Amino acid sequence: MIRLQHIERFFQVGEEKVHALRDVDFSAAKGEYIAIMGPSGSGKSTLLNIVGLLDRPDGGTYELDNIMTTTLNDKQQADVRRHKIGFVFQFFHLVPRLTAEQNVELPLVLAGVEKAERKGRVQETLQAFGIGDRARHRPDQLSGGQRQRVAIARATIMKPTVILADEPTGNLDRASGNDVIEIIEDLNSRGITLIMVTHDPELGDRAKRRIKMVDGRIEEDIGKQI
Amino acid sequence: MYIRDFIQLTTSAVRSHRMRSFLTALGIAVGIGSVVLLTSLGEGLHRFMLAEFTQFGTNLIGINPGRVTTGGISGALISNIRPLSIEDAQALARIPQVVDVISVVQGNASVESGKKQRRTTIYGIDSAAPEVFKLKVAAGRFLPDDPPRAARAFAVLGSKVREELFGTGQVLGKRIRIGSERYRVIGSMESKGQMLGFDLDDTVWIPTAKALAMFNRESLMEIDVLYKEGSSADEVSEQIKKILVARHGSEDFTITTQEKMLEILGKILNILTLAVGGLGGISLLVGGVGILTIMTIAVNERTNEIGLLRALGSEKNQILGIFLGEAVILAAIGGFAGLVLGVGGAWLLELIVPALPTHTSWTYIIAAELLAAVIGLLAGVLPARRAAALNPVDALRGE
Repeated sequence: MIRLQHIERFFQVGEEKVHALRDVDFSAAKGEYIAIMGPSGSGKSTLLNIVGLLDRPDGGTYELDNIMTTTLNDKQQADVRRHKIGFVFQFFHLVPRLTAEQNVELPLVLAGVEKAERKGRVQETLQAFGIGDRARHRPDQLSGGQRQRVAIARATIMKPTVILADEPTGNLDRASGNDVIEIIEDLNSRGITLIMVTHDPELGDRAKRRIKMVDGRIEEDIGKQI
Repeated sequence: MYIRDFIQLTTSAVRSHRMRSFLTALGIAVGIGSVVLLTSLGEGLHRFMLAEFTQFGTNLIGINPGRVTTGGISGALISNIRPLSIEDAQALARIPQVVDVISVVQGNASVESGKKQRRTTIYGIDSAAPEVFKLKVAAGRFLPDDPPRAARAFAVLGSKVREELFGTGQVLGKRIRIGSERYRVIGSMESKGQMLGFDLDDTVWIPTAKALAMFNRESLMEIDVLYKEGSSADEVSEQIKKILVARHGSEDFTITTQEKMLEILGKILNILTLAVGGLGGISLLVGGVGILTIMTIAVNERTNEIGLLRALGSEKNQILGIFLGEAVILAAIGGFAGLVLGVGGAWLLELIVPALPTHTSWTYIIAAELLAAVIGLLAGVLPARRAAALNPVDALRGE
């Protein structure tokens, strides 16, 4: 369960103060599939970052699974991020010196999971995403689609309740893009909440709920459940 | 995060830039190496000097005529210094803690035997000199304990003089001429070697009174007092002072205890070692700047990675730890290599130039290693703090 109320966010760009989010109210039920669309600069990525606890709002409250996150300190927020949220980025953000396996293992390492347990979980996840045979390859030895699969594997290994995807196909050709979307949708069909930022209308139309943002406001919210 | 995983994660970053890590560590290695090598030389010198000075024993007190002061007026203007006499030396021998007293006069004269002639150092000295100076008689005997004013014209030869004048032949009973007087050789000494450039073997030992007359001197150059093991040097020198002041009317002499001298010498040599260690420390500092530079570059290059780690749930402290860890690993690798370099260098130096004394002190090794780790930490702190303070959103965006 995600509930944002009266969210405000400002950025100082040179002399100018940019109002990135203006009094945004947004809720998502568990298991929802939401696409956030809108022109660049409309605040959709900022909203995603606030939902992902990467950014703090300047005003308003954010409740995630009954935790009031806006009052948590850095350490507590990191803990929530670690266990409840998985990120999928446009540029994959794999660590270039680590193998696919090690990249997927990274969240478990940071969380302090035992090595013996890690190995099994990593293998399982890699197999599930069809990249078991690429486990010992470095990112530069993988295709774009394979890299994004590794990134998705990494995002899901901690069994998060929410997956946040920021233009997950923006850096892929059409075929591997479709591939990746199907994988993410499959995760959603198993009960993980999926929030995806995109400016591809075709992609956005696949979502059951579509939010359109303009100038830091939610202008349209189609298919809302609650 | 487990320690083992932490180390693996940080070493993976160090390993991924082999050349760069190697060069950075090399900077520290050169620094540590030079600290270890230079302090080894300093310590070696320290030990060498102390051994040179203690070869005469440590229970010695020396008395010289004149007062070492910095009064501002030249002593020549109001020269009321009385000469140190043989009688002064005899008076000092009555102090209960005193074992032996010897009066010393030193000068240069030519020594002749047959057609051979050699200019050498002449010591006017007492019969107790072998005990006090730890000298050994090779053949015959040392000067007898004659009453000072009726000393017989006996001479004892240092090993080098004996060799030069007589070769391997018999010397006992031979007559030699020193200056204008004739002496009979009654013994020769074992080789003692050099002490700070003075060749103790290129000497001839004769009775003090004879030497005073030969060099036309009134005053002894020095009185050396050997006191009992375990007595206090201060107490003995206090009594010496009392006796001599009573005899001379004022304190116109200088007492130097061997203990004090060694203490001062030790201090000087410690400062010397510290100073050369400091010189090595400068290159260590430069190595530290190298780590600072590389870590700053690393944080810039890996901004994305930092953002990612934050997104995956790293706390700021974990980011700080990862980058600090990298800096410390670089410094530690460099430190270890420097240790091998320094100790190996000192060992090699001793092998190639045996005359150059080196001694690698564990204290300095440990201090240098700790210093390397601390420099790694210090050099890592700034970049690591910057990394930890990065805003995750900005860090992820920086492509």
